[in-house]
Amino acid sequence: MDSTILLILLQDGAVNGAIYALLALSLVLVFAVTRVIYVAQGEFVAYGALTYAALDGGQLPGSVWLLCGLGVAAFIAGLWQGRGQTDAGLLLRLGLETVLLPGAVALLAIWLAPLKPGMLVEVALTLAIVTPMSPLLYRIAFQPLADAPVLVLLIAAVALHLALTGLGLVFFGPEGFRAPAFSEAILTVGPLTIPGQALWIGGLTLALMVALFGFFGRTLTGKALRATAVNRLGARLVGIPTERAGLIAFALAGFIGALSGVLIVPLTTVYYDSGFMIGLRGFTAAIIGGLGSYPGAVLAAVLVGVAESFSSFWASAFKEVIVFTAIIPVLLWRSLRHGSTEEEE
Amino acid sequence: MSVLAIDNLSVAYGGITALDGVSLAVGAGQIVTVIGPNGAGKSTLLNAAMGILPAGGTIRFGDTNLAGMKVAARVQAGMSLVPEKRELFATMSVEDNLRLGFYRHRGAGRRAMLAALEEVFALFPRLRERRRQDAGTLSGGERQMLAMGRALMARPRLLMLDEPSLGLAPLIVRDIFHTITALRKTGVAILLIEQNARAALQVADHAYVLETGRVTFAGDSAALAADPRIVEMYLGKNPG
Amino acid sequence: MIPSRFVSLWPLPALLAALLVPWLPGMPAFWVTLANYTGISAIVAIGLVVLTGIGGMTSFGQATILGLGAYTTAVLSKYYDVSPWLGLPAGLVVTAAGAALLGAITVRLSGHYLALGTIAWSVGLYYTFANLDLLGRNDGIPGIPPLSILDVKLLDGRASFSVIWIGVILAALATNNLLDSRAGRAIRALRGGSVAAASFGVDTPRARLLAFVYAALLAGSAGWLYAHMQRSVNPTPFGFYPSIQYLLMTVIGGAAHVPGALLGAILVTTVNDRLQDILPRLFGARGNYETIVFGMLLIAVLQWAPNGLWPLIARVRPRRRPIRPDAARLPLRTMPPAGSALLEVSGLRRSFGGLVAVNDVDFGLAAGEIVGLIGPNGAGKSTTFNLVTGVDTPNAGRVRFQGRDITGLPARGIAEAGIARTFQHVKLVPTMSVIENVAIGAHLRGHASAIAGLLRLDRAEDARLYAEAARQLVRVGLAEAADRPATALPLGQQRIVEIARALCLDPVLLLLDEPAAGLRHHEKAELAALLRRLRAEGVSILLVEHDMEFVMGLVDRLVVMDFGTKLAEGPAEQVRQDPRVIEAYLGSVA
Repeated sequence: MDSTILLILLQDGAVNGAIYALLALSLVLVFAVTRVIYVAQGEFVAYGALTYAALDGGQLPGSVWLLCGLGVAAFIAGLWQGRGQTDAGLLLRLGLETVLLPGAVALLAIWLAPLKPGMLVEVALTLAIVTPMSPLLYRIAFQPLADAPVLVLLIAAVALHLALTGLGLVFFGPEGFRAPAFSEAILTVGPLTIPGQALWIGGLTLALMVALFGFFGRTLTGKALRATAVNRLGARLVGIPTERAGLIAFALAGFIGALSGVLIVPLTTVYYDSGFMIGLRGFTAAIIGGLGSYPGAVLAAVLVGVAESFSSFWASAFKEVIVFTAIIPVLLWRSLRHGSTEEEE
Repeated sequence: MSVLAIDNLSVAYGGITALDGVSLAVGAGQIVTVIGPNGAGKSTLLNAAMGILPAGGTIRFGDTNLAGMKVAARVQAGMSLVPEKRELFATMSVEDNLRLGFYRHRGAGRRAMLAALEEVFALFPRLRERRRQDAGTLSGGERQMLAMGRALMARPRLLMLDEPSLGLAPLIVRDIFHTITALRKTGVAILLIEQNARAALQVADHAYVLETGRVTFAGDSAALAADPRIVEMYLGKNPG
Repeated sequence: MIPSRFVSLWPLPALLAALLVPWLPGMPAFWVTLANYTGISAIVAIGLVVLTGIGGMTSFGQATILGLGAYTTAVLSKYYDVSPWLGLPAGLVVTAAGAALLGAITVRLSGHYLALGTIAWSVGLYYTFANLDLLGRNDGIPGIPPLSILDVKLLDGRASFSVIWIGVILAALATNNLLDSRAGRAIRALRGGSVAAASFGVDTPRARLLAFVYAALLAGSAGWLYAHMQRSVNPTPFGFYPSIQYLLMTVIGGAAHVPGALLGAILVTTVNDRLQDILPRLFGARGNYETIVFGMLLIAVLQWAPNGLWPLIARVRPRRRPIRPDAARLPLRTMPPAGSALLEVSGLRRSFGGLVAVNDVDFGLAAGEIVGLIGPNGAGKSTTFNLVTGVDTPNAGRVRFQGRDITGLPARGIAEAGIARTFQHVKLVPTMSVIENVAIGAHLRGHASAIAGLLRLDRAEDARLYAEAARQLVRVGLAEAADRPATALPLGQQRIVEIARALCLDPVLLLLDEPAAGLRHHEKAELAALLRRLRAEGVSILLVEHDMEFVMGLVDRLVVMDFGTKLAEGPAEQVRQDPRVIEAYLGSVA
């Protein structure tokens, strides 16, 4: 292998790794705040990619109808969960967030989609359509299970993944899509040629990480979210509504998933079920990083990306095998270091 | 008019009755203490009042019936609990812990927050020195101060303290009790759970004794402190 | 109501049904096929009952393990002309080896890490199946020979039915046997918390591994049945999605119950079949509607019936077992002579961060004594207790027991040394009866392996363990509660059950952690009377208490702690008069 190939593989790995890092970050966040291991996050990557591809083609994406459906379901679930509650303010908020907001986004999409409003608006619209699904799903699937053990939440998350994959097929169809790159420019640095999309991915990833850093370090909402993650009971005792914190964490995860989808759809053809394998890599990174460490997750994500690009060069058929079995030595190391653990109840 | 009125409160979990028909009231500006042996249900009482545990019976806070209200809503209404385990945000700074205590008034603006922060720092000067430190690095006494400070940031009408002297050295216990006495002047009502019975009875106006989930004595705390039965309960009967 | 001795005869009619049902006139071939798939799924789901419902672990890779068993027998019987019957042991060896390897890596991890690990290796193995030339890549292996009996090939689905359902019956029987044996009780004890199980000598990682391997063996046998019934294998049924379906069956049926697994398998297989038929007609062919339905169904079950359907339709009661009072007594330890030094704690120290919870504490206990370790809340009593019982390790100091250094031994080692304990927050297994809980205490006094338990070769020993448990229940006066669910008793009696469980260890020393906390007056009196009786029978007791009234007049000596240090030590009356003790208890206002 010569150094050019090496560099190309490294570059590929870093670009993929950046996406995995975003996914891993949001997985760690969601887990810390809600204890949900959000297996279904990968579906948001696929939904984001396919929604953007549809808008790019001047089509109304099927996800608009899914959003409306989820909104109605979350409204009904919210009424059911809050039965006996007479607080008009809460009811109003529920209606606003589950019915009005998705409805408004849907109308906007119906109006804008055929106009082909250009990349920036299409990206924004994609995020507006896909992101809210995540908190809606939190209301439907996880809020009633808030006190359940981690394992039950994990099973629920896997079940959600299953349902979302099926829904993806219904609303997007079995065909794969690809969208044009954000920028066709190519940057040449020595022996390396860096495509514009790679720069976009790198830049947006960094910008997003900085934004997240500011959000968690500076804003009260960010701090409240961190507080919920550090000590849930403590957070409740200062009056932070922890289910609200869960909604925000899920919204962030949905946003990051959708954005990742938009970023990768110019690089690879995305199908309704592509999300799982992409999400699983973010996952591998989050686990390798220990499910609790943000820098650890980012570092591990880049490693996973590089491991993937090298294994696809050497043994492409076993790419997945290599990437996922990489978890096992890490788990082994953890089990040796921590010894046996008291299971959570 | 009572700030807190608990009527016929019952809590059961895992087939075990932890509280059985407990009634109790805390008047405005009053300090009320609940004492009793381990496992009597004292912490359960506070956790039920705060909405952490589901309970039967009625709890009223001022004019509000708290039935069905979540913990966050009770904080919003003006209740604060300093739990036995403190439940601080260990990996966040002391100041961030306190700022989060102000969450109830998050719309009130930065100036109001800083004023509240100053009041807490005046009450616990040690916290000002430690403001940049992570809460997890504090000593036991400082943690208790931070927990109380965080609760006071919400400017509650009712402050509930669960074993504030637990595991603290005598000098610090004295400080904590001085602070509790000082808080009386601010008009906040206090419900205090203590195993340091003598100190608790000394600062409180009114006291209840809880044994195996039931109130067995209630009355003026000075009278209770003199009651030989209370002394006996804590130091055991003379055999024979 | 059917008498219980007949209930245990269920395998006979079941066997008859397995042999005869498919040959009933008019039985549609299509139903037989469906029943065959149901049976195969049921075997996998029964394994998951042991793993998930009882062991508290989750596997998202059970279908992949099924694939290991199926591919093993497929390769051997097709390419190497090995008899299909030999494919079963071969497949079991491969799955057991694979599961032991994966399990050794992952079962020590807390629940969700284990589950995530199973996703990882399940995906990894799936792609391995799909890319190995030997396994025919994505096309798989067609033309696998069927099973045959005396040269008669079992090609007919009805013949497969008998084989598969006999397999289901065997799996259910073996699982019932296992759960009712020493090894099975160790797995079930995990539900009461690892600390509690370990403090009776259960090797908890090993118990978890056993559950994991057992579930894998059942999945592997199901794979063998699948390969020879289907007569071809390809990677699709061994992926992540089918794995979730097996989990779904277990959760829907009722994860902790063997009949629940059967119920879940029947429901999911049938519904799946109907859905694949109906949904496309309703919504058109575009979509895997059944995945949507199953996903939503699983979430709904978790929200509304987290224990599954079986407990809703059948009254689940702890199993009853006749006690054989004639069973030979288990061998007893030689107890040390009264008055000899039993426990010597010297210079014990434990700090957490800057806080010194236990500060150079010394005390001792002689055989035949009751010593009370008392002090106000937060005095360091519980930490001291944890240091002596091996739950926590001291920073400095020594704990000697019968002259032997036991400092830093794990909880299991402490139990082996002859120290039994109870817990301040009662740790009984809610799904087990009182006597089953007590029998866990005798874990170290039995030796039967899991295989002996499966095959019922352990009955003589197990009867002795049970008789011992019954004897200890009589000793503490709870004989009549033996068959009740443990957590249905009031708190006072639950504590007594814990004492009976501890006595089952045949302990030299009994450690009680706040035994009187939360007890009512008369319960305290009964407890004190029991402890006096035990002392008279030669049991030595160290009890940690907060309640001064309870220990007065019960203990021989008191050790008083405050702020991590020993404040006083001596006869109870003398200690009680000590002004420092009075101050620590009633508090002072300076």
